[in-house]
Order: sequence, then C-alpha cells, then structure tokens
Amino acid sequence: MFEPDQKKAELVPQTRNWRERAIMLALLAASSVAVLTTVGIVASLIFESIQFFRIVPFTDFVFGLHWSPQMAIREDQVGSSGAFGAIPLLVGTLLISAVALTISAPVGLMSAIYLGEYASPKMRSIIKPTLEVLAGIPTVVYGFFAVVVVAPLLRQGGESIGLSVSSESALAAGFVMGIMTIPFVSSISDDAISAVPSSLKEAALGLGSTRSEAIKNVIVPAALPGIAGGILLAASRVIGETMIVVMAAGLTAKLTLNPLDAVTTVTVQIVTLLTGDQEFDSPKTLSAFALGLLLFTITLALNVTALKIVKAYREQYD
Amino acid sequence: MTEPTLQMASVSSGLAKRHKAEKRFRFMALASVLLGLIFLAVLFINVLTSGADAIRQSKVRLDINLQTNDFGGSKNPDIQQLKNANYQGIIKRTVYKNFPDVKSRRDKRALYRLVSSGAAYELRGFVLDNPSKIGTSISIWLTASDDVDMIMKGKVSRTASSDLRRLSDQQMGWLEKLETEGNLETKFNWTLFSSGDSREPELAGVAAAMVGSLYSIIVCLIISFPLGVMAALYLESFAPKNRFTSFIEVNINNLAAVPSIVFGLLGLAVFLNFFELPRSAPLVGGMVLSLMTMPTIIIAGRVAIQGVPPSIKEAALAVGASPVQAVFHHVLPLAMPGVLTGTIIGTARALGETAPLLMIGMVAFVVDVPKSILDPATALPVQVYLWSDMPEKGFAERTSAAILVLLAFVGLMNLTAVLLRKKFEIRW
Repeated sequence: MFEPDQKKAELVPQTRNWRERAIMLALLAASSVAVLTTVGIVASLIFESIQFFRIVPFTDFVFGLHWSPQMAIREDQVGSSGAFGAIPLLVGTLLISAVALTISAPVGLMSAIYLGEYASPKMRSIIKPTLEVLAGIPTVVYGFFAVVVVAPLLRQGGESIGLSVSSESALAAGFVMGIMTIPFVSSISDDAISAVPSSLKEAALGLGSTRSEAIKNVIVPAALPGIAGGILLAASRVIGETMIVVMAAGLTAKLTLNPLDAVTTVTVQIVTLLTGDQEFDSPKTLSAFALGLLLFTITLALNVTALKIVKAYREQYD
Repeated sequence: MTEPTLQMASVSSGLAKRHKAEKRFRFMALASVLLGLIFLAVLFINVLTSGADAIRQSKVRLDINLQTNDFGGSKNPDIQQLKNANYQGIIKRTVYKNFPDVKSRRDKRALYRLVSSGAAYELRGFVLDNPSKIGTSISIWLTASDDVDMIMKGKVSRTASSDLRRLSDQQMGWLEKLETEGNLETKFNWTLFSSGDSREPELAGVAAAMVGSLYSIIVCLIISFPLGVMAALYLESFAPKNRFTSFIEVNINNLAAVPSIVFGLLGLAVFLNFFELPRSAPLVGGMVLSLMTMPTIIIAGRVAIQGVPPSIKEAALAVGASPVQAVFHHVLPLAMPGVLTGTIIGTARALGETAPLLMIGMVAFVVDVPKSILDPATALPVQVYLWSDMPEKGFAERTSAAILVLLAFVGLMNLTAVLLRKKFEIRW
C-alpha cells in the first residue's frame, strides 16, 4: 500500500551524519578553548618572564631581599640599578593572607557548624543566603570599605592603647579579606559536614555526649579533609586577591612580620607596574609578568593540593 | 551496688561543666554567624548613608537675560554662533548684577567661584535646545561649586575655619544671601547619571562607566555563553572517556580558580601586544572577562545537564533521533534554566571584576560616553576605584553612589538567577 521511498530514506541519514560530524567538531573546538586559555596564560607568562630573567638573574628574583623596581633613565643616575627581589613581596602577601585566614577559617567553620547543627531550618534558609551575599560583593567595594572605615577604626583603636598602626596596615586589608572569604570557607565546610553520615553523630549523642562534644570529637574530625581543602582554596583566593590590597595595603616593600605595619603584595606590585604608560620591554614591566608567573604557580599548587587532599583523605562511609 | 552510683556521681559532677562548655560553644558559633552578618550590615549602611548624599546636588538659580548681541546681534543666530557664544561671560555678568556691591576684581572672581565651572556648558546646552529664548530673560538652575555643595549638605561645618571650609567669610555671606532668597537649593542630581568622569566632583557622573560596563558585559556574554554551553554539552553528552577529555576537565577546574589578575596579564600579553587590539577598549575587556566567565558557565552547565534524566535522551534516541538531535532538541531545553542561572551568576561576577580591566588599560579618564566597543572606556568598578583615590570630599559620596549603582546591578542579576532557579526547578 505505502512504499517507503528507498532513496530518500538513505539520503536523510547521510546528510544528517555529515552535519552531525560538523557539529561535533564545533563542540570539541569550544571545549578546547579552555585548554587554549591555559596554554595562553602559561605561554605568555613564561615568554615574558624569560625575557625578564635575561636581564635580572633568576636567583636574584627568587632569593633577593630587596624590591625597588626603578630603572635608570640616565646611565649615571644614583640608584640606577633596580632591585628585583621577590621575597619582601611574598612575605607581605603571606602576612596579609595569614591575617585573613585567622579570621575566615575559624569564623567560617563555626558559622557552618551553627547553620548545620544548631539553627532551625527556617533560620538557616534566611541566614545562609544572606551570608553568601558577602561572597557576591565586588572586591572593589571591600577595598573602599577597608580604606574608609576599617583602617581609620584600627588606627584609632591602636592609638587609644598606645600602638602605632599604619594607615595602610596589613591588619586592615587582611581583616576585610577574612570577612570576604567567610562564606567561602563556610559553604565548603558545610558540604563536608553534611557529608558525614548522621549515624555517626547519633551514635555519639546516644552514648551521652553533648552536641558540642559530638561536633568536636566526631563530626569535625570526620569532615576534616573537606574543611582543610576549603581553607586551602580560600588561601589561594586570598593570595590572588587584588583590589582590596591595591586600595588598602601599602606600596613600598618592607620585610616585616608585624601586621600593624604597611606591607605590599605580589598583586599590588603587578598593578602598580603595569598601570600607566611604560615601554613594554623594560625590566620594570617585564618583572610584572615574572610576578604573575610566581602568583600563578603558587595558586595552582594550592588548588591542586586542596583537590588532592579532599580526594585522598575523604572517608568512605558506604 | 555502690559502683554504678559512684559512676553516676562522677558523671553528674562533670555535667554542669560540660553543659557550660556546650553553651559556650553554641555561643561562639552564633557569634561567628553574627560577625559576618554585622559586617554586612555595617558595610551596607555605610555605603547607603554616604551614597545617598550624592543623589542631591546644590544648584543656584540665576535670572539670565540672553541678549541678542551675545549671539552676534541677530534674533536667529546660526548654529556656530550658538555654539561659540561666551556663556561664561553671560553667567559672570548675571552673577555680578545680583551682587552690585561687589566691586574689586578679586572679589568678583571669588563670587563667580560659587558657581561650578560646568555651569557655562549647562547654559549652552539649554540655549542649544531652546534657541527661541534668545532675546528674553530666563530663570535657570545651574550647578553650584563643590565647596558650596559640601556646606549645603552639612559635610563641612559652616563655622569651620575658612581653610577647612575652602570658602572665605565673604563667600559664606554671599552663599547665605543666595540661600535666604531661595536661589540656592539642593536638587536631584541628574548629572550623576547622565555624564562621564570629571575632575570636578559636581560634574562627575557614572554614565560613561555604566555604558563601558554594559559593552564589556555584552561582549563577554556573546563569547562565553555559546562557547560555555557547547563545551558543557560536549563534555557531558558526547565526549569519549579518554585522556584528552580528562585533560580538558582538569583545565576547566583549574581555570575557575586562577586569580583574575592573571587573566588580565594574559589579555595584556596576547590581545594587546600580540594581536594589537586597541587599549582601554570594552572589546578587549569583554574578551578577558569572557575567558574568566567561561569555566563558571561550563561547570554550571554540566551540573544542569546531569540533572536531566537519561530516560529523556534515551526516549528520543529510541524514536529515531540522532544523538545530536536528542541532545539539542530534548536535553538542552530542559537544562536551560540551570545553564542560564550559572551564566547570570558568572556575568554578575564579571560585572564586579576590576583587576583584569586595570591590566588592559580600562582605567582611562573617560569624559565622553563611549560610542562603540572600540572607544576608550572604563567600567563601573574601575570608576569606583578611580574616585576612591580622589582627594576632594565630593568624590567620597560619589564613590559610594557608584558603589550603590554597581551593587544594584549585581544584586539584581543574582536575584534574577535565584528566581529563575526557583521558577523552573524541575524535580524528576
């Protein structure tokens, strides 16, 4: 009665196949953009850094204790040879990050514990998204707040107890960064804590421990790898953070561990070196790329370690 | 018999202490939550109260006589005469007429300084719009200078020393006379939303920065949305399980955690120096932001695609659809709400991003609203950064106002994402 058109039936799949192959290639190409980006980042950083290390020895950069990236305009200028030792910048970065993490790690973890273990579901559904707002605020806003509110407050507070606090202290920048990363730590800790099977907690409670004892002795130890991973990720975030330190931290490199002093960071120096008009092949601008490479390596190492810790030490409860 | 009671006693003797520890722990946990919430509240209140002042701007009313000889003597001057007339002279003449007792040149100059240097442009704009008013007398509100504005808003005390006030006692007298006559008032600050950057706080606005941000975000979306969705589809639905696929996956996860400033360095080295694209242009800004946003879109997209039950794809395949048809006609539409949510959240983050834009030179002093994606431009967060560095008091409130505009956009986008997720959430 109805004869299927043989020819047509064959033709459709063929054009379809051809088209599908093209689509598949396009999809693959889109996925490769991520790889291209990584390659682009690594290649451009390494390429510019090699040019920099031709002028300034690698060891001077990595082990040098002095950072003052001026280059001579004239040959005979005083102090014409700039110093490109990255250690003071690294110490400054680590100092500010340490201040930030001493705030965000305990506060973030305790917030996660409160929301997960103590708060009623209704309270949790209100507080959790509100806390997440902290992570959504652009960092330039935090920087402005650090300069206008936090730094003067710390300065006044310091004066009243006889301490001289620099107006661009590591404490102000670190404090604000710590607050910024609270939701970061707390949401990862929350995930880790809720992954601990409730039977463990119930067993502890059933044996007569109080809630806080169950949390401290059973839940947190079981969730520790996840929590540690979260803190490492927060550390990588804090080290790479730029605007808060550009606005609230200092510009001059100083080798100190006193959080009341003004220090500068890797990211601050990259911004100062590259904003404004400079010729592109001077060691001054090239050094920014070497700093970028340093920053990329450190954050990458932290991220990879964090993911490894989470994967390797995750307790299996199935 | 005695043993258990002894144990009970030792347990209950420690009980009070343990309950106290429990209370302490609970209090600390609550305090942690409150610390974050209090900080958030203080930040918002501070920005709101400071930014609210920038909504109003002091204006001076002048009754200006537009004489025909200001415009070459004719009642219908041509456009060139309209554009080139000495508007500053007209304003000076009017101000001096209102204060006939001011005689010396020095005092006259001090008197004119109460009016903003931008007032001449405002008058010019008015005349260009209403050329028929030439030859008549008009009453017009012109922007007052920044120093007057600070006094009017109470930011600077009227009784402060003239150094701090930046106005002399004589100028204060004129100011108060204008005020009592009703010729000096604070009015809604249109300038803030209609003009670009300026060295004078009373003339500075966020319009140029807003347009710059808009262009960058559009470029960012045009690039990152299709690429992100395609990559997510490929990885989730088609990719063979091999080394290259897992290499792509590792790359995407790492890119999501790379500091934003490193993307700026990439843009500087590759887009500006290698491809020689224009500096400070929203095109390059958008391209850099798209590279940052793409991992977010891919990750969110994959989660959304995973959420679509395989039975849907299998049903499509069973009735004869090809794998591509099954995915594009059935899986993707169902995953779209999740994909869009991720895209909006990623874009909101890109909107607030500053550091990479500094690297590619979008920190320019931009007075004119950019007309294309190749014009020099700045972005809202960068404008915040630039103004926060200005010494004038008037810029402090404008910085907060710019922050409010930025937060409004970021908040609106995140809210849209939340609502979208709620509305289209499907439980299979």
